[in-house]
Amino acid sequence: MELRGEGSGGVGRAGKARRGRSREAGGQAARALLGIEREGRARARRRRLTASPQIESSAMNKRKLKESSGTDGECISQVQKMLRERLCHHRAMGKLFGIDQQYKHLLELLKQTTVCGESNSALIIGPRGSGKTALLNRVLKDLREMKQVKENLLEVHLNGLLQTNDKVALKEITRQLHLENVVGDKVFGSFAENLAFLLEALRKGNRTSSCPVLFVLDEFDLFVHHKNQTLLYNLFDISQSAQTPVTVIGLTCRQDILELLEKRVKSRFSHRRIYLMNSFAFKQYIRIFKEQLSLPAEFPDKAFAQKWNSNIQLLTEDKTVQDILQNLFHYSKDLRSLNFLLMLAVSNVTVRHPLITASDLQEASKQYRMDSKANIVHGLSVLEICLIIAMKHLNDVYEGEPFNFQMVYNEFQKFIQRKAHCMYNFEKPVVMKAFEHLLQLELVKPIERPSVRSQREYLLMELLLDNNQIMDALQAYPNCPTDVKQWAASSLSWL
Amino acid sequence: MRVLHRPVRHGDRHRPSSARRQTHSPDFREERRQLPLPLPPSAIFFSGSVSLPVSFPDSNMAAPPSYLLPPSPPCARARRRGRDCRSKNCSFMCFCFSSGIMDTRQQSKIIYSWYGKPTNSDRKLRTLQYKGILIKSERSRKERCIQLGDFVLVEGENADQPFVAQLLDLYEDGAEQKHAVVQWFSHISEIPKNKQKLLKRRISSQEVFFDKVSGYDTDIAVETIIDSVLVIPLRLKDELPTRLKKEKIFCVKQSWDGKCFKALSPHTFSKLNEANRKEDGIPNSFNSFVPSDIISSAKKETKKAGSSATKTKNVEMEIESKHSASKSSLSKKRHSLRVANGIKNPTARKKLELNSPTRSPKSKLLEQEDIWALLDDDCDSQLLKPTAIKRKVKFTEVLSSPPKITCANDKLKSVFGTAEDQEVLSGTLRLSPYRKLEDSNEKVRSLNMEVDAIVLTGHKELGSQSPAVTPRSRRTCTQETSTRIAEQISLLNMLESKEEEDFLSSSDGSYSSSSEEEDSDVSCTPEKKTKPSRMFSTPKSSRKPSVHTPAKTPKKTPLPGTPRTPRNATPEIPRRSHAAQKPTSVLEEARLRLHVSAVPESLPCREEEFQDIYNFVESKLIDGTGGCMYISGVPGTGKTATVHEVIRCLQRATEDDDLPSFQFIEINGMKLTDPHQAYVQILELLTGQKVTATHAAVLLANLFCTPGPKRKTTVLVVDELDLLWTRKQNVMYNLFDWPTQKHSKLIILAIANTMDLPERIMMNRVSSRLGLTRMSFQPYTYKQLQQIISSRLNSVKAFEEDAIQLVSRKVAALSGDARRCLDICRRAAEICEFSSQKSTDEIVRMTHITQAIDEMFSSPYIQAIRNASLHEQIFFKAILAEFRRVGVEEATVQQVYRQHIALCRMEGMQSPTVSDILAICARLGACRLLLLESSSKYLHMRVRLNISQDDVMYALKDD
Repeated sequence: MELRGEGSGGVGRAGKARRGRSREAGGQAARALLGIEREGRARARRRRLTASPQIESSAMNKRKLKESSGTDGECISQVQKMLRERLCHHRAMGKLFGIDQQYKHLLELLKQTTVCGESNSALIIGPRGSGKTALLNRVLKDLREMKQVKENLLEVHLNGLLQTNDKVALKEITRQLHLENVVGDKVFGSFAENLAFLLEALRKGNRTSSCPVLFVLDEFDLFVHHKNQTLLYNLFDISQSAQTPVTVIGLTCRQDILELLEKRVKSRFSHRRIYLMNSFAFKQYIRIFKEQLSLPAEFPDKAFAQKWNSNIQLLTEDKTVQDILQNLFHYSKDLRSLNFLLMLAVSNVTVRHPLITASDLQEASKQYRMDSKANIVHGLSVLEICLIIAMKHLNDVYEGEPFNFQMVYNEFQKFIQRKAHCMYNFEKPVVMKAFEHLLQLELVKPIERPSVRSQREYLLMELLLDNNQIMDALQAYPNCPTDVKQWAASSLSWL
Repeated sequence: MRVLHRPVRHGDRHRPSSARRQTHSPDFREERRQLPLPLPPSAIFFSGSVSLPVSFPDSNMAAPPSYLLPPSPPCARARRRGRDCRSKNCSFMCFCFSSGIMDTRQQSKIIYSWYGKPTNSDRKLRTLQYKGILIKSERSRKERCIQLGDFVLVEGENADQPFVAQLLDLYEDGAEQKHAVVQWFSHISEIPKNKQKLLKRRISSQEVFFDKVSGYDTDIAVETIIDSVLVIPLRLKDELPTRLKKEKIFCVKQSWDGKCFKALSPHTFSKLNEANRKEDGIPNSFNSFVPSDIISSAKKETKKAGSSATKTKNVEMEIESKHSASKSSLSKKRHSLRVANGIKNPTARKKLELNSPTRSPKSKLLEQEDIWALLDDDCDSQLLKPTAIKRKVKFTEVLSSPPKITCANDKLKSVFGTAEDQEVLSGTLRLSPYRKLEDSNEKVRSLNMEVDAIVLTGHKELGSQSPAVTPRSRRTCTQETSTRIAEQISLLNMLESKEEEDFLSSSDGSYSSSSEEEDSDVSCTPEKKTKPSRMFSTPKSSRKPSVHTPAKTPKKTPLPGTPRTPRNATPEIPRRSHAAQKPTSVLEEARLRLHVSAVPESLPCREEEFQDIYNFVESKLIDGTGGCMYISGVPGTGKTATVHEVIRCLQRATEDDDLPSFQFIEINGMKLTDPHQAYVQILELLTGQKVTATHAAVLLANLFCTPGPKRKTTVLVVDELDLLWTRKQNVMYNLFDWPTQKHSKLIILAIANTMDLPERIMMNRVSSRLGLTRMSFQPYTYKQLQQIISSRLNSVKAFEEDAIQLVSRKVAALSGDARRCLDICRRAAEICEFSSQKSTDEIVRMTHITQAIDEMFSSPYIQAIRNASLHEQIFFKAILAEFRRVGVEEATVQQVYRQHIALCRMEGMQSPTVSDILAICARLGACRLLLLESSSKYLHMRVRLNISQDDVMYALKDD
């Protein structure tokens, strides 16, 4: 087990070393960008003049930091707060990018309902993180600020994950509408009663006199699985008949949502679909990146905001940053992943390190796109690595057929016999223990449930790692015995 | 007043809530606590409802239709309740208090037998005519004789609303079935709403109309007769004498022939009058008996109740002493009984009884004649205050009453302890009280109620003293009390439910259990007890609003923390604060007209279907029979709209009196939470009752399967029939079985989507009952769709002709769904409006339509793939490559990953990690571009495409 400890320590050290280096580079860049250039230049001149500039400059640096830390600290904390809010609560108050048309469409639709009392139904469809909720929230926010709409719209928000059946959903609707059968904050009565009550309430209204009701069904696809789709049928039916004006807005990420609707429900749905597709190009992506990081004009410390913004401008033109973003963009177009990346980078901003640098982003990107399983392999002991290599060879030989512990042990034994001089021959129980550790880490998975009768050694397993992952992990594994590396690299297991 | 019909809850019947009721409640509540345990239900009936208010609620109460109906023994309901109680195996307490009324009809079989010998016989028809019928119930040994010409209550479809009729003929047919021929009287609630306006006057709840409408079956089964009532013919301007207001008496002023109201012809008038006189002259024979134990218990209670009031207490003591002294004197007892009897109803008739302690049928007849004379007098002299006469009579009676009945007199005094009665008793015959009476009309009425209550207790007291009264003397008392009690209880129920409503609306009342309620009741009693005492001891102050102090204070205080659903909650959405905007432009106008919800002036393109359905329903309506029709068609072909249009037309026709009127109900399978809820909804729509599903099924079966008199035809539309399917299919079976019943008069229009639904999902016995009257709505052709749009747009010029044609052709080719068609047009109008904000008036052109169609029908998949990120697209390519390699349309992530890396190397890109690939996989899976296994399998998760490979290739090719 000592091997393992060493290994993990090695990783830590390596990581620290890397981080230290990058921090240094980042610091230099930042200093260069800040208004310290003059100071730097002066220092350089002094360096040329004096023999021992090192000590003096560092002392000066410290004084400088102390002076600025009071104001800077405030600025930084404000920046942190503002940016974190922007990046984390994107769905609540985020800006909309590239979906002006959808915004107009939805706003117009809701205006028709509230102002003219027209019933409507629509679905907002788009992959996760494409800003469906953000769009709706934004539209609702703008709508509420309109004069004709104020106090003229009842909103009912349902979520398919919370309202798991129609009974719960009905109660929630009744509660949110504050109908008269709501006592306190609770709704009593049977499902049938509640349904009849709600339908009666909605039927009584008419286009010109009743307050329009907006139904927002988040995770719309989950409502489809309710029994008979009673709720959806009724909501859409109301939206297609001369009753209380309602608008039903569904939010979903499923493209096949219409196929899930029952034919009667489908016929009643207006087939109005608003797609959010992340259909922007890389240039727009860069612009979004810039906008997300830029400080607004109303930031209290103007000078700092200007500095910060010019830094961001420089970053967008930086090649490495562009590469990082390009990679991310190729990988996923949704803005949520960009926000995550930026969040990691923004978190690095401190008083000592007041501006984001390209290396911050690089670091964040590395962290963000780390392979989880390969990371686990980094922390394994040599024995466990050996077992994984044995499994890899078995996979190669038997073309992905499942194996059991005994086969792995035999393979390992063969390797040990060949290379007895460099590897300690562990006893079988120890190897078993290591194997079970792999099992616990879910690097190996039994293909059948372990039963009482079958022996552990002969339980069929499969490896949850790809060859590439193993090789990559071995490359990065510190202090790996060369024999083990060779064994892993050789396509023939007996070599 | 639908609270009236809600299922009976134990204990919530007798909740005190208004001053009026409070004054009577104490003894009643006492009684509840004191009654000995197992008692025969009939006994409970008698004892449990003695002290209830009699008077009709005031006119200032909002009076819904059912409430307006004069109280009558709601036998079916009582029967139902009785069953409820029994099934719940509850003890006597809840029996007494939840059921409230126990009509004898439910307890034992009721025997209908002819009275006298057949008067007439028809050899050919083999019918025997009789002149009267005896209604005898076994348990209570009560017998009632109803003769030709009498007015009767006939069981209706709604148990709470019996019909009023006059017996014209009684006969037994060859099959020994007893029949009756009746002349119907319509209550105001039976007259269509739109015709009610013709009356132009307020109708009292007791008024009925001489029914001349043809089409109602006048031949009814004798078994449906409930009881006899009094119907008094009045001239149009006359009012029903106030003293009769609380009686179970109806008055008739006008006749109704289905189109208009007419004053009664002199002939009918005299005939009805005649009938009334005759009725009273018939010697009835009754015998009944009240178990002594109840009486004693009742006595105890009255004692308690009486002790609360100072004056009544005295009387009571007097009576008590008198009774203890003269237990043997039968005549005295009978006399006192009579007194009680007389007092019970403060009407002229009752007062007269005082004069004749030992009364023969003959004298009774005389009395009756007296009333009629008085009534006539009233009518003729146009005296507006009939109470004057009443009081006059009373006065004379009291004065002329023999000294023997001083105690009764005393009692009278106490009972009529109100100011004006006192005045009368003191012998001043002034007219001044009348004026006072006028201003405090309401007050007096409430007082009367209290008086009644006291009288009743007194009566009970007296009755209890004489357990062995002769049947003769008991007769009137029991009969009257029984009817009275029934009346009172039904009234009480109404009051109660009414008050309950008030109560609930005023506060979040909490009475979840009967026990809880009882507690609060008990706590209230002292206050209630004091009330009557205050009133009776100070006759002068009785005019003060003390009686009227709203009952809010003694009401139960709601227990905190247990909120209850307000039962009277009105389903309503708040009103909008800003007025809805009127359409400003042509396009907006067009959009509104094209909305599916807009009801068009006519339904084009479904003329044939319309005619077929119309003819079907019309013929059934005219024949007065039932039937089923099955209507099928794909969604959006106008099935429901056509049916509604048919109903609208039929309703218009009935308004113009071309067709017999009918009742229209609609249920929708999709709007039910459970197929069995269909029963509940039908029953509620039909009668307004709210009961459980199983119970509703029984009631409905009763309603449709038994020959009910005077029932309108019911047209029932069952939308989304397929959702009423159950494993046993009993809902469907029942629905289609009822119309086949002889007397059901039920027409069912069943609507569903599939043409072969009866064959596919129904059992043979169900589909055979559904019959073969089928109709299927074909999807609209493009010409029809075009016509629909044009007719909707009417004169609004917003669409190009070609544009309309394009839409219709497109939709007709796809589905023929009119909804889709309208939606596209609406969207196109929107797009047009949107794009042409600068130019003022543009009409919808082809381009707008194409854009709208593209928006609605374009497959989202291709667009989704095109907008996917690069690696996602490469992943698709990898999947295709892997599929091609393996030859199976399924691969594990590991396999696809290898392909992916290879592709990346080819394109010189950085290859993603496994975590990246799995994330991509999950993203595409969430959009359902891919179908995935559960993600616990990691690399070995299998992947499938949700779209065809060609589509994927097409989407990727353009890049």
